[in-house]
Amino acid sequence: MAQPATLKTIYDLITPINQKNAALAPETTFASDLELDSLTVMDLVAEIEDTFDIILPLNLLPELETIGQVADTVDKIVNES
Amino acid sequence: MDLFDKFDQVVALRSSLPFEKADPFKVVVDEVISETEAVIGGRRTILAGTNNYMGMTFHEESINAAKEALDQFGTGTTGSRVLNGTYEGHKKLEATIADFYGMEHCMVFSTGYQANLGMISALGGKDDYVIIDADSHASIYDGCSMGNATIVRFKHNDPENLERRLKRLPEDAGKLLVVEGIYSMLGDAAPLKELLEVGKKYGCMTLVDEAHSMGFTGETGRGVAEELGVEHLSDFFVGTFSKSVGTVGGFAVSNHPKFDVLRFVSRPYIFTASLPPSVVASATKSIEAIKRGSNRRAHLWENARQLHTGLKEAGFSMATKTAESPIIAVHLPDVMMGTRFWEHLLLEGVYANMAAPPATPSGMFLLRISVCAQHTSEQISEIIKRFKKTAKAVGLNS
Repeated sequence: MAQPATLKTIYDLITPINQKNAALAPETTFASDLELDSLTVMDLVAEIEDTFDIILPLNLLPELETIGQVADTVDKIVNES
Repeated sequence: MDLFDKFDQVVALRSSLPFEKADPFKVVVDEVISETEAVIGGRRTILAGTNNYMGMTFHEESINAAKEALDQFGTGTTGSRVLNGTYEGHKKLEATIADFYGMEHCMVFSTGYQANLGMISALGGKDDYVIIDADSHASIYDGCSMGNATIVRFKHNDPENLERRLKRLPEDAGKLLVVEGIYSMLGDAAPLKELLEVGKKYGCMTLVDEAHSMGFTGETGRGVAEELGVEHLSDFFVGTFSKSVGTVGGFAVSNHPKFDVLRFVSRPYIFTASLPPSVVASATKSIEAIKRGSNRRAHLWENARQLHTGLKEAGFSMATKTAESPIIAVHLPDVMMGTRFWEHLLLEGVYANMAAPPATPSGMFLLRISVCAQHTSEQISEIIKRFKKTAKAVGLNS
């Protein structure tokens, strides 16, 4: 389970692009709940990378469907580095 | 479960486009009059979207060489480059390209797409990193998917954003930085000096795809790296024969002493038939002609500037501030306007490309023109005139 601080940071990054005003929770999905197109997702990934000073490899992205999954991955990468 | 159900969204999007009299995905060229004109749907049409930058498709020496090769070697090799598909012509073409780039080694692939696929998938191994521009061509993305490397993406043409990412990678890991000289949708050139210098600073091997810049950029037409004097910073150049060279096929060149091993490990090179001898012969002649083609280059750039200036003055929203390449793109507000504009323009007798997401960056709708060295100034004026007429007819810029 992701750190609350990690989740909060990710929520803050999503808020400005949450045009559907979807509720933000670990189980919120990027595609069906937030309805983010692939270009917006790309910008978001870049922002998450810069905020946490990590690399989120392109290869991992197809498996990351929810905010919680992204937060878990971010924590994992931060801990490894 | 019908396996085609997953495409329903694509079908819905496709059928929502309001084409009435023409359809960009169903254009049939009935007759080719010259490098710059064809008959489409019974209408004589100026070709302004064919990527035939240097106008080599009817180059006399290329056509004659192809005919001779056809008579002498037949219609195809029916084999892989590593089996029976390497003829003397393939070796001569590789030598011609290596000489053109002033490099030691060259591999010819069956398409430009496969050249990127073959290079990137083979070079990027399991523990390596491939670092790509976010706006990369599909062949670069597909080369990444096919290989086993970790893929890192940086913001389009942004050396600072690239450096931030390179800093986070392990110092001693294998890294391949992949960039393009000119990006095909907006026609914008890359700041190659800055990008490659950052790449080298962090120990990357570097690959520059000059598909849309070979032929007319740089003194002898080798591309943007030649123009900027930074060829020494690139370990590999990839290019295509399907644009300036006027036929089909792709290549990679390098000075790396071990380069030739790629012939045994690059699957897109091995598991496909080699180019037909006629194609190889015409590509060889075209590249020789491109090398000494400074007049064509000069006229092509004149055409690009004339078109850019003319459309800008007419009030179009240009994708680049100046003509950075023979690709001149104008922004259209949305898919409806894009569709109507494209259709009307074709009925006016100008073929250009309608470019929409996902081929375009940031969800843009573009009308994309590619200028040819064989366009006359009068044809360029005519294109501008018909653009204005179309804008008026569909209510753009008003």
